[in-house]
Amino acid sequence: MDNEDVRSLVSAHATRHSAPPALADRIADALPAAPSHADREGSWFWQGAGLGAATTAVLAIALGIGLTLKHPSHDDLLVDEAVANHVRSLQASHAVDVASSDQHTVKPWFNGKVNYAVPAFDLGAEGFPLAGGRLDYFDGEPIAVLVYRHRLHTINVFVRPAKKSGSIGQVSGTLDRQGFAVERWMKDGMEFWAVSDADVTTLAQLRTLMMAESHAH
Amino acid sequence: MSEKIRSQPHNRRFGELALPHLDSAYNLARWLLRDDHDAEDVVQEAFLRAFSAFGGFRGENARPWLLAIVRNSCYTWLAQHRRAEIEVSYDDDVHGGEDRIDGAGARADNPETIVALRDDIRLVDEALQRLPVGYREVVVLRDIEDLSYKEIAEVAALPIGTVMSRLARGRKLLGTDLTRLRNGEDHGQ
Repeated sequence: MDNEDVRSLVSAHATRHSAPPALADRIADALPAAPSHADREGSWFWQGAGLGAATTAVLAIALGIGLTLKHPSHDDLLVDEAVANHVRSLQASHAVDVASSDQHTVKPWFNGKVNYAVPAFDLGAEGFPLAGGRLDYFDGEPIAVLVYRHRLHTINVFVRPAKKSGSIGQVSGTLDRQGFAVERWMKDGMEFWAVSDADVTTLAQLRTLMMAESHAH
Repeated sequence: MSEKIRSQPHNRRFGELALPHLDSAYNLARWLLRDDHDAEDVVQEAFLRAFSAFGGFRGENARPWLLAIVRNSCYTWLAQHRRAEIEVSYDDDVHGGEDRIDGAGARADNPETIVALRDDIRLVDEALQRLPVGYREVVVLRDIEDLSYKEIAEVAALPIGTVMSRLARGRKLLGTDLTRLRNGEDHGQ
């Protein structure tokens, strides 16, 4: 049986599942009653600065549901903030402050900018070349961001010392916010947040690689 | 379209944009998750995400945009509930597609097998269910949903070359498995 036979068998005979009739109503009932931009009023995030309309639209995506539903936890807000930072870094063509695939350039660049050593590794051989580093602002403090590329995707990895042990909270493992994947992990007293439009399996792969690297060093 | 959607301009626009693709969305989720209830829940969640995101939607064609959100939601759900299903590595070497699958498919070249298989429709669903998810999604999007390679690349966040090699390899694996099923060699894994 060649691939053309398989193609015609699937086209002709595989089931195309139809949505249950009640699903459209269920979705309609679950939609917020008003457009989501109403939620911008009073949001802590919008008081920041004169953000352009395009940025505002994208941030609305990034923040979206997190602020419309009940009271988001601190961890939830951090996820939103990580995603918003990621999106803004892409929008502003300001993904990196120091552009280098050399970990020996990127790592010392952070000296004096953040008060901790940043574990920077080039993972180009594994498909995740280091593009550089950036200083960003996260959870009320300056934070080191390592920027990796994977195929056409940009991955931001926020790195900071882990807060006291109780603070791992509910956000660990993999999440998805508005189509952005977020992966958080702890290693050697450091906390890592990876954010990308790549899928969750890609981030899980990066996490595995970075955890192995921090062992080796 | 329900009354609730119609009554708000913003919601109505979303309804007009997204609801025509509800069957596509459900079909994709149902094939990725292989469960009616899980698919329903994930599609609902994905549409809510799409709703809060669609202010930023500027494209012409809402279907790949929406399916990408559904697909991401499915992968997230799998990562949280059935992680093993997405921890499969795919050999995406474009040139290696045709000759590395083991030899079990060889006897499928028998035309009688193919003819007999055409009568055994249910086996198609069964074999497709068993395909690793990374192959299953491209086959479903191409051969059931009839998306272009470019649209599939957008939905699955893969380069077009990888879409094509996954499709070729997925069909090859499917053909091998169909032949096995047809010959009664393998009932469930």
